[in-house]
Amino acid sequence: MWRRRSGAGGGETGEPGAEAVAETQAGTREPAALTIDALGRKCPIPIIMLADQINQVPMGAVVEVLADDPAAYTDIPAWCRLKSHAHVGSAEIPQGGWAIRVRRNY
Amino acid sequence: MVYLDAASTEPLHPAARDALLSALDSGWADPARLYGAARRAQMLLEQARADVAEVIGARPDEVAFTSSGTQAVHLGVLGTLNGRRRVGDRLVTGAVEHSSVLHAAEEHERGGGTAEVVGVSRSGRVDAETFARAVSAPGTALACLQTANHEVGTLQPVEEAAAACQEAGVPLLVDAAQSAGRLPLPRGWSVLTASAHKWGGPAGVGVLAVRKGTRWRSPYPQDERERRRVPGFENVPAIVAAAAALRATAEEAAAENARLSALVDRVRTEVPRLVPDVEVVGDPVLRLPHIVTFSCLYVEGEALLTELDRAGFAVSSGSSCTASTLRPSHVLEAMGVLTHGNVRVSLPRGVSEGDVDRFLAALPDIVRRIRASLGVR
Repeated sequence: MWRRRSGAGGGETGEPGAEAVAETQAGTREPAALTIDALGRKCPIPIIMLADQINQVPMGAVVEVLADDPAAYTDIPAWCRLKSHAHVGSAEIPQGGWAIRVRRNY
Repeated sequence: MVYLDAASTEPLHPAARDALLSALDSGWADPARLYGAARRAQMLLEQARADVAEVIGARPDEVAFTSSGTQAVHLGVLGTLNGRRRVGDRLVTGAVEHSSVLHAAEEHERGGGTAEVVGVSRSGRVDAETFARAVSAPGTALACLQTANHEVGTLQPVEEAAAACQEAGVPLLVDAAQSAGRLPLPRGWSVLTASAHKWGGPAGVGVLAVRKGTRWRSPYPQDERERRRVPGFENVPAIVAAAAALRATAEEAAAENARLSALVDRVRTEVPRLVPDVEVVGDPVLRLPHIVTFSCLYVEGEALLTELDRAGFAVSSGSSCTASTLRPSHVLEAMGVLTHGNVRVSLPRGVSEGDVDRFLAALPDIVRRIRASLGVR
């Protein structure tokens, strides 16, 4: 019951995934201005780290959070929505978990 | 203790308690036998069946009693798929169904069948058109949709789904666990499941209703009980109590729903006002009268439950590490909402306004202390 499915999470609004798809298709994966290593940390710690550190990057730059708590996969995009930052995309990483990319909007 | 976890189990209705005590004396014998005490037990069982059938909009001979809502779902899903093997092996479900539906779907897939999961909106509602498209695909043997979600309270478009299923000639299993007795049940189901302890009956009684004409074959070895649908000796006293609770709850529903729904509205409005960085989830209007769910940013769900318990409040959570699982709730995941810091408040019958106010008074400081302990200002 834990498989990730397409079309879930209000995906039809095109909101969280739209920019991610666009970036992948254009092949313009800009380097992250900051990488936060939250591997092994349970939610809400990865999100607290992100909230603490996002202001260290310039406006419009990308922060990448490495996390392997399954909750982070859902919660970081949800945090972006609540905090009006942009979830750029999430990619699986070889060591397990995801690199979840967030653009600072303000 | 202030009990705010009715969606896990509703406290026993006084009518159920009375019925249970009396049926323990008069309904203990084997209803399948022919002597006086057995015939009494059988009469009680059949009266309970007729009462439940009336409330859920079924014929008595369509209703079988199971040992739980979960067993009713397992039998309903696997039995209907079994009965429709010649039609196909495709199962369609909503993404936020109860785990009993999803586990039955996994069992079906392990046996070589296929399952399609229809996603939900941010509010947790299945899109009726997407669902209709999914059930119209060739080879669809069964579709499953809950009346309302157990974690966030959102109502599902069951009438539309039923119309689409009828059009496609596909049976629809409706899981009514959270709404039976509380809300009128939608029409158009082929299989309906419910659970007595959710409406104030005792634990250990589920309902499996299979409409006349729906093909169904038990996934279990054959047994004579409950028209060969459910194995094992019926718990007649508990079934009698379940029926009494269902009748009483359904009679009280209109008045009690309005009261509970107003209290839920108060929680929906007040929690974001009293606690910063909170997301109230689930549909604000198309919802059950008694369930409200919210997530607090930067708070661990387990810590929140522990602190609320210490302060005398019983609630539940879909966050990971709160329900013997390391995964967050599949419902919150499918909705794409915050899964950490999650609290489900579900109001039991008769809860007082004061209890809800005490909860609202205690919550802000508890959240603030947990956040402070994690270094969040």
